[in-house]
Amino acid sequence: MYKILEARELAANIYLMVVEAKRIAKRCEPGQFIIVRTDEGGERIPLTICDYDREKGTVTIVFQIVGAGTKRMAGLKDGDSFQDFVGPLGCASEFVHEPVEELKKKSILFVAGGVGTAPVYPQVKWLKEKGVDADVIVGAKTKDLLILEKEMEAVSGNLYVTTDDGSYGRSGMVTQTIKDLVDEGKRYDVCVAIGPMIMMKFVCKMTKELGIPTVVSLNPIMVDGTGMCGACRVTVDGEVKFACVDGPEFDGHKVDFDQAMKRQQMYKTAEGRAALREEEGDTHHGGCGNCG
Amino acid sequence: MDVLKKVPVREQDAKVRAANFEEVCLGYNKEEAMEEANRCINCKNAQCIKGCPVAINIPGFIEKVKEGDIEAAYQVISESSALPAVCGRVCPQESQCEGKCIRGIKGEPVSIGKLERFAADWARENGIKPAGAKEMNGKKVAVIGSGPAGLTCAGDLAKMGYEVTIFEALHEAGGVLVYGIPEFRLPKEEVVAKEIENVKSLGVKIETNVVVGKSVTIDELMEEEGFDAVFIGSGAGLPKFMGIPGEQANGVFSANEYLTRSNLMKAFDENAATPIMRGKKVAVVGGGNVAMDAARTALRLGAEVHIVYRRSEEELPARVEEVHHAKEEGIIFDLLTNPVEILADENGWVCGMKCVKMELGEPDESGRRRPVVKPDSEFVIEVDTVIMSLGTSPNPLISSTTSGLETNKWKCIVADEEFGKTTKEGVYAGGDAVTGAATVILAMGAGKAGAKGIDEYLKNR
Repeated sequence: MYKILEARELAANIYLMVVEAKRIAKRCEPGQFIIVRTDEGGERIPLTICDYDREKGTVTIVFQIVGAGTKRMAGLKDGDSFQDFVGPLGCASEFVHEPVEELKKKSILFVAGGVGTAPVYPQVKWLKEKGVDADVIVGAKTKDLLILEKEMEAVSGNLYVTTDDGSYGRSGMVTQTIKDLVDEGKRYDVCVAIGPMIMMKFVCKMTKELGIPTVVSLNPIMVDGTGMCGACRVTVDGEVKFACVDGPEFDGHKVDFDQAMKRQQMYKTAEGRAALREEEGDTHHGGCGNCG
Repeated sequence: MDVLKKVPVREQDAKVRAANFEEVCLGYNKEEAMEEANRCINCKNAQCIKGCPVAINIPGFIEKVKEGDIEAAYQVISESSALPAVCGRVCPQESQCEGKCIRGIKGEPVSIGKLERFAADWARENGIKPAGAKEMNGKKVAVIGSGPAGLTCAGDLAKMGYEVTIFEALHEAGGVLVYGIPEFRLPKEEVVAKEIENVKSLGVKIETNVVVGKSVTIDELMEEEGFDAVFIGSGAGLPKFMGIPGEQANGVFSANEYLTRSNLMKAFDENAATPIMRGKKVAVVGGGNVAMDAARTALRLGAEVHIVYRRSEEELPARVEEVHHAKEEGIIFDLLTNPVEILADENGWVCGMKCVKMELGEPDESGRRRPVVKPDSEFVIEVDTVIMSLGTSPNPLISSTTSGLETNKWKCIVADEEFGKTTKEGVYAGGDAVTGAATVILAMGAGKAGAKGIDEYLKNR
């Protein structure tokens, strides 16, 4: 069992949990993920690591309720435990292996969308600790859904917040902010974009036009997370890759996003049904459009 | 009674079982087992033992069954095997022990597998445990993977007095016995979990959720965690795909994924949290045991199922018994057929599979006749689900993170057959990680060899 030392709601339906997981805390690097299972019979849910403390042996995760599994997770409180918590899985971000002197010469832009802010945070923090300041754009639908602003502020060079509805910070999509920054004279050597698939697709479209190499972190459907099942396969530069062992980070300009987005829909109906069963139990008898 | 024939074993009716996940074969009762045991002529130079990868004293245990002393029979088996209830169910006996049985020359061989299963089931039902070590020797061994190779190696080492910890990547111990082989061939709670309990009762510790190569490395286990030796039994690895157009469409799965969802995650149960596609018409590409397992699972989930295999029935690599069961249940075999493209609808879902007809040409390096495409034979099978069961390629997680551990040109770990010795001192390996995908019993044989190798190494160090 893996004890939850802290659990709190960051915004509506978005939760942060600090979990005791010594082996993972000792070895994990920015960019990697874990798989969590709430209880016996639960799903295996992959989540990118948001933070870690090697001394205390803890790993922080942030997740949004999207289905029955994450809803059950959200019900857990401080002192409760997860049945399973395994990792670190996948490869670390590429820059972790680059010489710090090289990194210092680079101008790096991070683009975070929604809960994607969580996996961006440890990357920016890692760079900050090495003396590398990176610019960060954080996008949220609206002010109330913005997460980890203070934490990000503390580790980033410049932080640009934008909301789709203009309720806070700049107004509009993250792609608009990228364009504005470049128009204002900013130059970036590399961009790291993490967020909803559709956001990453459009960021890549934009950065391709601007000539900025871009890394994205994909979160496809997964089962085991160790390369065994192939559920997470994505096409990158015409080649089939397994996100769990070859990724989760890939060259965004080479990812087939349209295919990846279609594959993400594979169990949508089934998930919808499970969420309804959780919510309404036996009282649900159709009419939702999800069940037959 | 016809002494040339096996005592028939009771099975669930094919029509009934095609709609449930309960075990197909019901096994012998004591009377049937004793009757079958009487067919064994207790050869002096028993060939059956030579056919067994873990060298069970087969005439010895059958002798005890004849006498009706089933507990003694079980103890004879467990001297050599940590997983008798599993082996009695999934070993290809026809090409091993039973294949060598003298009875088989004139009639049917003794039903060694069913007798082993009976003895193991009886022991479990009567709470009999295998005998453990008399004293511990103070040495620590790490075993990576809790599948058949790892469990066997761990069990043998524990019996010799070693302190053994198994590291398992998934949340449940058992490896392929849990994620791969379906419930209707190998019941999980009743059989697999109990055999794992038996291994634990020998003193073996199992730490789940540890992905060696990621959570910890072999070098760290040896240098920081005090393990004197390591056995790698990490299993087969990454599923292969055909590389044909349309393979990323929604509704195309690897057999590994399909079976893991159904077996490990229990998705066959509609109330399980993990979903599985319940297709109406499913094509399973491949002809091995895994393909049969995937096909029979899809059938039980309500689909019309086709096995699509590029060679003829004679070349099917699956066990004859599995093919027979599959046919009985209503699986359709599209032989000498090879897919060339998977067709998807406008939303990206599978709606068909384009195939070509094949014919057999000259034998290839494996001795099997090479299938060649018949000209102008293209046709489309309408399906909504495709399951690729084409084997696996090794997982690089361990080999790429362990210093001094060599792999061969197929990226399998290099280890000798007799002792499982690798190129790294103190590290032994066996099972699919070394040989590529094979059988449960061969992995167990390799686990046994590894235990012997580790014992020799640590005794002489």
